[in-house]
Amino acid sequence: MRSMRNVWRRSGALALLLILIIPVLAACGGQQPAAQPTTAPPAAQPTAAPTAPPAAQPTAAPTAPPAAQPTAAPTAPPAAQRGGRLKILYWQAVTTLNPHLATGTKDFDGATVILEPLARYNENDELVPFLAAEIPTIENGGVAADGTSVTWKLKPGLKWSDGSDFTVDDIIFTWQYCADEATACTTKAVFDPIANVEKIDDTTVKITWKEPNANPYISFVGPNGMILQKKQFEKCIGAAASTDAACQAANLAPIGTNAWKLKEFKPGDVVIYERNPFFRDADNVFFDEVEIKGGGDAASAARAVCETEEVDFAWNLQIPKAVLEPILASGKCDPLAGGSFGVERIVVNFSNPDPALGDKRSEPDQPHPFLTDPAVRKAISLAINRKAIAEQLYGPTGQPTCNVLVVPASVNSPNLTCERDVEAAKKLLEDAGWKLKGSVREKEIGGKTVRLVVSFQTSINPLRQSTQAIIKSNLAEIGIQVNVKAIDASVFFSGDPGNPDTLDKFYADLQMYTNGPSNTDPQQYLQAWICDERASAANQWNRSNDGRYCNPEYDALFEQLKKELDPKKRAELAIKMNDLLVTDGAIIPLINRQTPNAKVKALKGPTFNTFDSSIWNIASWSK
Amino acid sequence: MAQYVLRRVLIAVPTLLIISFVIFAILALAPGDPLAQFALNPAIPESTRELIRIQFGLDQPWYVRYVKWLTALARGDWGFSFGTRGPVIDLIWQRLPQTLIVVGTAYLIAVLIAIPIGVISAVKQYSLFDQVATFAAFIGFSVPSFFTGLALMLVFAINLKWFPIVYNSTLNLAGWDGIVEQIRQMALPVTVLVVQQTAALTRFMRSSMLDNLPLDYVRTARAKGLADRMVIIRHVLRNSMIPVVTLIALGIPTIFAGAIITENLFRVNGIGQLLITSIQNSDTPVVMAITFIFACLTVLFNLIADILYGVLDPRVRYS
Repeated sequence: MRSMRNVWRRSGALALLLILIIPVLAACGGQQPAAQPTTAPPAAQPTAAPTAPPAAQPTAAPTAPPAAQPTAAPTAPPAAQRGGRLKILYWQAVTTLNPHLATGTKDFDGATVILEPLARYNENDELVPFLAAEIPTIENGGVAADGTSVTWKLKPGLKWSDGSDFTVDDIIFTWQYCADEATACTTKAVFDPIANVEKIDDTTVKITWKEPNANPYISFVGPNGMILQKKQFEKCIGAAASTDAACQAANLAPIGTNAWKLKEFKPGDVVIYERNPFFRDADNVFFDEVEIKGGGDAASAARAVCETEEVDFAWNLQIPKAVLEPILASGKCDPLAGGSFGVERIVVNFSNPDPALGDKRSEPDQPHPFLTDPAVRKAISLAINRKAIAEQLYGPTGQPTCNVLVVPASVNSPNLTCERDVEAAKKLLEDAGWKLKGSVREKEIGGKTVRLVVSFQTSINPLRQSTQAIIKSNLAEIGIQVNVKAIDASVFFSGDPGNPDTLDKFYADLQMYTNGPSNTDPQQYLQAWICDERASAANQWNRSNDGRYCNPEYDALFEQLKKELDPKKRAELAIKMNDLLVTDGAIIPLINRQTPNAKVKALKGPTFNTFDSSIWNIASWSK
Repeated sequence: MAQYVLRRVLIAVPTLLIISFVIFAILALAPGDPLAQFALNPAIPESTRELIRIQFGLDQPWYVRYVKWLTALARGDWGFSFGTRGPVIDLIWQRLPQTLIVVGTAYLIAVLIAIPIGVISAVKQYSLFDQVATFAAFIGFSVPSFFTGLALMLVFAINLKWFPIVYNSTLNLAGWDGIVEQIRQMALPVTVLVVQQTAALTRFMRSSMLDNLPLDYVRTARAKGLADRMVIIRHVLRNSMIPVVTLIALGIPTIFAGAIITENLFRVNGIGQLLITSIQNSDTPVVMAITFIFACLTVLFNLIADILYGVLDPRVRYS
C-alpha cells in the first residue's frame, strides 16, 4: 500500500516536471526549424474549409502542380482546377460592408469583394473600367474640355446579385445617399464637388461639377466610389442609415455586382462570400468562396502566410524589418510591395511652441526663434542619414526619398538629391553664425542667446522611436541637441482641440508622421502648405498646414495649379511645388513607405496598389 | 435570508449606477476618435469627420450623452456600434459563444486540475511534488499570457504545425471533422489560460488546506481511527473548499469578460477581443455595454458567493 502510494507520488511529480520541461525543450529545438519537418505528420496540412462542399474542394497542396485527380473537374477546361476558398487575413477585422460608412481600410476592402465602382486604379496608377465600358477622356468626348462635366458609359446588361438590373438610377442614388449630411458618409468628400448626376440614356450617366474640376475621376472611382443598390438602401438616406433596423441590416449585407455575394458575416471577425451567379464574367471567376478573417497582429499574419500557409493572402504587414525579413525568408510566400503608402516626413514648425507664450503658443503669428532660419532647416535635412533609417529599420517596407510627393510616377520629381553631408551641414550653420559652444550651437539674436535645442515628437511606434534615435544622433553630430517625445497614436492623430499633444497643435519644434495623396491628382494634398491652411486656435487647429509654413511663391503656384486643366502642365506645376517645399526646408521627407502585403507562392493575381484597394482585382485571382 | 438578499439587491442598484457613471466619464474624457484612422486621409477631411461625430452624438457634452445612454438603456436599448452601425447587443450575442467555449473550458479545466494539485501539495507539504507544483504555479503567475501564447504558438503552431494559428469561428460543428478541428484550434488558447488560472487556484487551495490540517477536528477524526484518505477528503477538503468556492464563484464573471490578450493573440472572436478593438476604435457604446454587463455580473456573483458561503458554512448567519 505504502509503496504503491510512493510510486504514485513519484510519477505525479515526474509528470508535472515533464509538463514543465517539454515546452522548454521544444522552444530550444524551435530555433532550428529546418531540423524538424520529419516530425510534422499529415496534421501539418491545414484541411482547408471543412464547411465547403467536398466536390468544390481542390485540397490545394501548395507544391503539387495540377497534374493529378481529374475526379472533381467540372465543366472548366483542365488548365487549372477552379473552386475552393480563397483565404485572406487582415490584422484588423471588417466591421461593416457598406463602404460609405467605413471606419477603416479593412471595411473598404471587405466591401470590394461585393461592390464595384465605375473604375478602379491598377498598380501603375492607371484607371481600369469596372462597371464602366471605357474610361472617359477628353479625346473620346467623355470629359468636357472645360472641366465642367464627365460622362460615363456603362457596360450593357449589368445585374445585381439578386438578379435585378443595374441601372443609372443606382449611381444617382449613391450620390444622393452620401450627399445628405445626416447619412454621415465617410466618403462624403468625393461626392462634394458634384452639382448633379443625370441619366442620359440607359447606359450613360453624366456628372456635372459645381466648378471646373481638373480631376474628372474623383467620384465613383476607386474604394470611395463603390455603388450601392437603390432598391436596398432607398429608405436609408439620412440618420436612418445608422439607426433604422432595416438599414443596419443592409449595411452588413449589401447586394453587389462583383464576383461574389455575401454568405456569412460576423462583424469584427470574419466575412465569407460565395459566388454571385449574376456576375458578368462569372465563368472566369476561379474561387467558389472568399474568406476575410480579421484580428490578431501583423507579425502572426505574416507567419500564417509564409510559414504555416494557413491563409493565401495577408494585408499590410507593418512590422519592423528585423521581424519581417526572417519570416519572408521562408520562401513560401511573395511580398507585394511597391507604389507608396505615404511619405514619412519631418514637419518643421515655423511658429514658436514655447510654453511661455501661453495662449499664443504655436500660433502662426509667433515666428519660431531659429527654425525660421533656412540654414538651420537645410542643415537638419543634410545631416539626416536616410539610407541608414531605410536599411536598418524599414528593409522591404521603405525606400529613402527626397520628395514629399512621390505618386503617381508622373509627379515624382527627378530634380532633388538628399545625400547625407555632415560637413556641408556644419558649414551652413557656421556661415549662418551658429557657433559651437560645448556640444550645442548657439547664436545671439536680438540680445538673447538662442541655443539649437529642438523637441522632436511623433507617435508611439517602435519604428518611429528607432528613427528618432538615429536622427537624434545625426543631429548631435552637427551641434543640434534633440529632445525626443513619443505620444500615443490615438492622441497624436486625433483632432481633439482640447488635447495639447496633437499633431495639429504641434507644441514641438519638429514632428514626424506619414502622409500621402489620396488620389492621383495632387491638388488636395499640395493644398496643405498654403498660408490659408495654417492651423491655429481660430480654426480649432483643424487645418492641414500644421507646420504653419507660409510662402507667397508657393501660394502663387497653387493658384496656378487650381486653374490649370491640362494634365501635363499640372504635373509640371506639382513637381515645381514639391521642389520648392523641399529645397525651402518646409518639410524634410525621409522614407517612401511601401507597406507590403504577402501572398502564398501559388496564388496568382494580387498586385500592390497605391490609390486603390489591395484586392482591387480580386475577381481575377487564381491558384 | 430573503430580507438579506433583498437588501443586497437594493444596494446593488446605486452601486451599478455609480459604476456606469464612472466608466462613462472615463471613456468620455479619454482621448480618441472613432475615425482616428482617417485623421490624415485628405479624402476624409476634418469636416466629414465632424459630421460623423454629430451623427454619433459626440458633439454633445459627455454628461448629456450619459443621461441619454442611461435612459435608452432603461428601455432596453444598448445603442448602435460606431464600427458596424448595428445594434451593440447583436455583437455581444455573436461573440458570447466563442468566449464561453474557450474561456469557459479553460476555467473548468483549471478548476479540475488546481484542486487535486492544491490538495496533494498541502498534504505532502515540501515533498518533491509540492516543490514542482509550487514552481509551476509561480511560473504561471509570473509569465504573462502574451509570452506563453507567443511561445506556444511559435513552437506548436509554426515549428511543429500541430495546431492552427488562425481561429476559425465558422466551423461546421455537426460533423466529426469539425469537432476535431475545433479542439485543435482551441488547444493553444485554452492551454495559455489554464496555465494562468491554475496557478492562482492551486496556491489558494493549498494554503486553505494547510490552514485546516493542524486544526483540532482533524486530530479528532484521526483519533477516531479514520483512514488518512477519509480524513483528508471528508473533513479537511470539505472545510477548505469554503473559501475556494467563493473564489471560483467570483471568477465566473471574468469568463464573460473573455481573455483580452489571449483572444486577440489567437484571433478568437470573443468578448475580450471585441472589448479591446472597441477601446482602440473609441467605439464607446460597445465598451459601455461590455463593461456594464461585466459590472452587473460581478455584483451578481458577489451576492451568489456570499449566499453560498452561508450554505457551506453553517457558522455564517445572515441578518
